[in-house]
Amino acid sequence: MSEDPYKVKLENVFEGPMDLLIHLIRKNEVDITDIPIALITRQYLEYLDWLKRMNIDFAGEFLLMAATLAHIKSLTLLPAHSPDGDEDPRLEITRPLLEYLQMKQAAEELARRQLLGEDTFVRPQNAAGHRPEPEAETIQVGLFELIDAFQRILENIAPDHRVDLSTERISIKERIGEIVDALEAKGSITFSELFVPESDKSDVIVTFLAVLEMVKLCLIRVTQHLPTGIIRLYYL
Amino acid sequence: MENLKAIIESLLLVAATPLAVDRIQALLPEADSREIRAALQSLAAEYSQRNGGFVIREVAGGYQFRTQPQYREVIKRMLQPNPVRLSRAALETLAIIAYKQPIIRHEIEQIRGVDSGGILRMLLDRRLVRVLGRREMPGRPLIYATTKQFLELFDLKDLRDLPSPKEIEELGHPPLPTEAEGPS
Repeated sequence: MSEDPYKVKLENVFEGPMDLLIHLIRKNEVDITDIPIALITRQYLEYLDWLKRMNIDFAGEFLLMAATLAHIKSLTLLPAHSPDGDEDPRLEITRPLLEYLQMKQAAEELARRQLLGEDTFVRPQNAAGHRPEPEAETIQVGLFELIDAFQRILENIAPDHRVDLSTERISIKERIGEIVDALEAKGSITFSELFVPESDKSDVIVTFLAVLEMVKLCLIRVTQHLPTGIIRLYYL
Repeated sequence: MENLKAIIESLLLVAATPLAVDRIQALLPEADSREIRAALQSLAAEYSQRNGGFVIREVAGGYQFRTQPQYREVIKRMLQPNPVRLSRAALETLAIIAYKQPIIRHEIEQIRGVDSGGILRMLLDRRLVRVLGRREMPGRPLIYATTKQFLELFDLKDLRDLPSPKEIEELGHPPLPTEAEGPS
């Protein structure tokens, strides 16, 4: 390896192949849109070699990138087939690099904002008058209580709404979106609020499946108020 | 509506989260949303003119009293809050989700070039990111998006308040020092 490996400081152990590539491009002071692919590939492999010799484990992503670089290098060595320009094979790496750099820049912009709890503060919210933590008087609901509640709602559906094949149905995903919107607005809703009396059986089933899916995805917490038996959904 | 500004000011003081115009409207059915908006803007202007310790900021689709950043040090001395700093990797992941949402994990990892599962879980735990559902494709991967808490943390009105990709390039230092005359 051409350079003194001991110059590499700890913070230069890169998180991923993209960071390493950007480091090499900066170090060699080359234009990202005109990467000298042979040079960068050689240095990239040297770095992997160095990691190996230092017994530092690196993720498979580093090897994948090495393969990509080698592939691009081989393509640049081949004569172009059509005179009016095959795409520059280096674009395979330039495009993602530019996108990654842009996102890094966006991350820096985010870090520069007035962060809540760091640069700017709001009134602490433990003052009197706020609703107590819901856990204080509720229990977590099991699947069977949910099914019971579901059956009661099915019973309440007007019979003429039970089967109506012509109505447009919404998917579980759409229903999750609607429930998320309602929860975003209110923070919590009761289980029965999810169902309107005019919903037909398929709506009810879709809603119920949506609730189960949301529990599984850890989007919501479902609790039952002990004295009233009301089941409430909380947005997590 | 008489005293509308004072009423809204009192609501802002006790609200637990940024107060949206819709929310105020629901509390005050007799006022119309244009009046409410005007009152909020005039209140915000008063506070900013006063140049005191706090102002009204428009964040996460609502309005909220927030302290002026120049007094952060003394406030931190009093509150001793846990630092909110996110790692560079977490910020990158968050930026990708913010700009490309709705997005699946594979797409995030394609941009970052590294496994992002751990960071995603941390962002979910901190409620900066949420699951929107699953994408209907093989493996039914989870779809991620940012939350209201994300907007609150970064003092953003809404997602459109993020600088556009073009603005990012203009705002920031040039991504690479040698783009102009680098030897290649």
